[in-house]
Amino acid sequence: MTRAVLKFLPFLIALALIPIFLPGGRLGSYYLTLLILSVSYAVAALGLTILLGYSGQVSLAQAAFFGIGAYAFAVLAAKHDVPFGLSAIAALIITTGFGFLLGLISLRLASHYLALVTIGFQIIVGLVLNNWAIVTGGADGVSNIPRPAYFGIDFSHDHYFYWLSIACLGIASYLVYRLRHSRLGGALLALREDEIAAASNGISLFWTKILAFTASATLGGLGGILYASGSMYISPNVFDFNQSVSFFAMTLVGGQESIVGTTLGAALITFLPEVLRFLHAYYIAVYGALVVIVILFMPQGLYGMLLRGIDALRHMVFRSPAEGAAVPVAAQRQHSLKRPVATNDPILQITGLRKHFGGIKAVDGVDFTICRGDIAVLIGPNGSGKTTALNVLSGVYTATAGSISFNGTDITNRRPAEINRLGITRTFQNIRLFPELTALENVVIGYYPKGTVGLLGTLFARRRGFIEDREAAARARETLRLLGFSRFDIKAKNLPYGQQRVVEIARAIVSGPELLLLDEPAAGMNREETAALSEILYRIHDLGLTILLIEHDMSFVASVATRAYVMDFGQKISEGTVAQVLSDQKVIKAYLGDDAEYA
Amino acid sequence: MFVEFIQLTIAGLAVGSIYALVALGFVLIYTSVNVVNFAQGDFAMIGAYFMVSLVLGAHWPWWVALPLAMVLTGAVGALFQLVLYQPVRNRPRNFLPVMIATVGASVFLEQVFLLIYGPVPFQLPGIFKAQSVKIDGVFVYPQYLVIIVVTSVMVTVLNWFLERTKLGKQLQATAQDADTARLMGIRVARMTALIFAISTGLGGLAGILIAPVYTVTAGMGSTIALKAFASAIVGGFGSIKGAIVGGLTIGLVETYGATYISGSYRDAFPFIVLILFLIFRPSGLFGEKVSQKV
Repeated sequence: MTRAVLKFLPFLIALALIPIFLPGGRLGSYYLTLLILSVSYAVAALGLTILLGYSGQVSLAQAAFFGIGAYAFAVLAAKHDVPFGLSAIAALIITTGFGFLLGLISLRLASHYLALVTIGFQIIVGLVLNNWAIVTGGADGVSNIPRPAYFGIDFSHDHYFYWLSIACLGIASYLVYRLRHSRLGGALLALREDEIAAASNGISLFWTKILAFTASATLGGLGGILYASGSMYISPNVFDFNQSVSFFAMTLVGGQESIVGTTLGAALITFLPEVLRFLHAYYIAVYGALVVIVILFMPQGLYGMLLRGIDALRHMVFRSPAEGAAVPVAAQRQHSLKRPVATNDPILQITGLRKHFGGIKAVDGVDFTICRGDIAVLIGPNGSGKTTALNVLSGVYTATAGSISFNGTDITNRRPAEINRLGITRTFQNIRLFPELTALENVVIGYYPKGTVGLLGTLFARRRGFIEDREAAARARETLRLLGFSRFDIKAKNLPYGQQRVVEIARAIVSGPELLLLDEPAAGMNREETAALSEILYRIHDLGLTILLIEHDMSFVASVATRAYVMDFGQKISEGTVAQVLSDQKVIKAYLGDDAEYA
Repeated sequence: MFVEFIQLTIAGLAVGSIYALVALGFVLIYTSVNVVNFAQGDFAMIGAYFMVSLVLGAHWPWWVALPLAMVLTGAVGALFQLVLYQPVRNRPRNFLPVMIATVGASVFLEQVFLLIYGPVPFQLPGIFKAQSVKIDGVFVYPQYLVIIVVTSVMVTVLNWFLERTKLGKQLQATAQDADTARLMGIRVARMTALIFAISTGLGGLAGILIAPVYTVTAGMGSTIALKAFASAIVGGFGSIKGAIVGGLTIGLVETYGATYISGSYRDAFPFIVLILFLIFRPSGLFGEKVSQKV
């Protein structure tokens, strides 16, 4: 809490002091009007920081929420004489409701589909504002919108209203900051980076998307209320598609992931016409070109560029400390590792599992049982259905038929996030880390299902949330160290391949699951890396995890597996110890074909 | 009543043909370079303005001016991709930045043409002088028939070009796998430029055809673009057949809706249909499946 306040207070104070430096007279009051306008825009653009910057969802409908907030407030306060505070709260609730609705519509959509649905929403809202004249006043809009008077201060004075707006901006910034630096913020980022990996780490895609859309809509509505009350008159043309593009530009140009950047972006785009006034009619063309240049060539926005520049300067002046060297696994803990022993206590039972894609029977009637303490390995030629089976087990695909039971609970066709929470985690054949997040952040997201603090607890800074966040970070560090990894602050996309595997495994085990599914962990590794990987598997096994892995590297399989299952053409053709299945005629035939004796 | 219905159907098919032409551009660009070009509609505006210069300014006959205006629009389109797409084509996850940049480019193009041609709308004459003809008791605006006929011819020519010519095959190869196409000796950068030129040229044709019905203004492209985009999705994004059927569907829905339900909500109907499609059948009529591969 104090850190957040310390971070934003100087910035807010600087903003609050601006009116003192304005020239007097009409020019000064004109600039003050623009300032009030840009603060209301900034609040709405902060909504896009959450939706676009954090959760990676495109929305070209922010002006619609801005408009819904403004109209709901203005109609209640100006036409029906509802008190200011009550109108504002009602307007926020209404906007949030519409945000929830748009979130519901958009659940399964991404990229251009999502963009177009939001544009459609924007256009429909615009048409309703224009045509539903009984309520909205049609093209004439709503006038005589009141400003509040609280604590004996009359906010109809522009200076006071500006400071009230700054206070709202401060609250909005604080809430966005809280959200970002909590486990929910981690979930939003995970959604942006990789939806499938997010779901497999216990994050509910449904609620996370809804959270992003509603939070963004609420801030849009708050901005709209400030706008309506600030300008005391609204008409539909302010809330059209072009304004949505403007909000988008504010967020992107300023810096989509930065609260300060977004605020500055809003101010920049509001004041740009003043600065470019000497260009006369060319202004909008120049504005369009600037937006294109910044978006294409400065992905972090202007503020991101600025921060980078400062960082580079700092590196030149003070040398950065050398990053911690990786600790070899073997050297880290020297106690002898026992060869794992299997039990007869079933943990996962699969009966008659089928997965068909149209006519292709990828998995066609597979039964197997994995016992607690096993390192079970699933082998088979390419295209035999191993990965499909794993995807059905972890809930990424739904089964066509059959049942899966885990610890006696039926988990067939449950969602990936639910299966994760029951204690089954996984890694992917083509590593699915969150590329733009650091190694540590990746693993912290793995701990997400262990957290208990929800949205309200996060926003109101419940103590428990901070304790849990610290615990998650500590557990993540501990897990990474256990696997011999210490380059915590390197972005996942910049790590070498072998280390990405290690981080992905750490992410899968940090929440303490009972069963770990690994899809070809040794693929693409050299001999040393594979040897280190078997050490890692022993170590994980030591912790009491049961492991099911898919693998092609037979020497690796022979060194770790307690039990092997062989699949071919969607069916299980053999099972037993590694030595048993490798000498099974059916297995040899599957790998080498009918002429095996000549091979 | 029935006569009115026939008249509306012709009008709807004509407007739908315009959407289909622009939607074809969306689909061609999307399938070949995986970029969604929100400035696609502005090329309709550009084509119409070129036609204004050639027909009203230089007094050329329309049958000379029309192909030239299309080619000029295509040239602007090729230049457009050189500036907007080529610099970032190899950057990972460039989909969103390029899409948003095309929104910015759309603002830019509209303003530039507003500055060149001024805010006063232009009225392009239709190919036939007659305002309306009466066929079997049904009043038909001849330009609507021109639109429908020209669009059908263009679609046939495009299909022949893509399926039957060597250049068309090269374009398809580039669209399906640019890297392999490059290994086969196809000049991918040229093919990309050509794709943009064809797509924007089709957009230009749409603008030229609709200009006699509406007027030529700098903003004429943006609503056409959004509805064409909706058409492409309703038809199934990525499918040429889908773009055409989707365009006609959206044109009819809009025309019937405006007359039978509410004229002031005319622009809402295409989007209501779009949202319903995205909820219940996101892959559209003929389209790609909208899901992620593990």
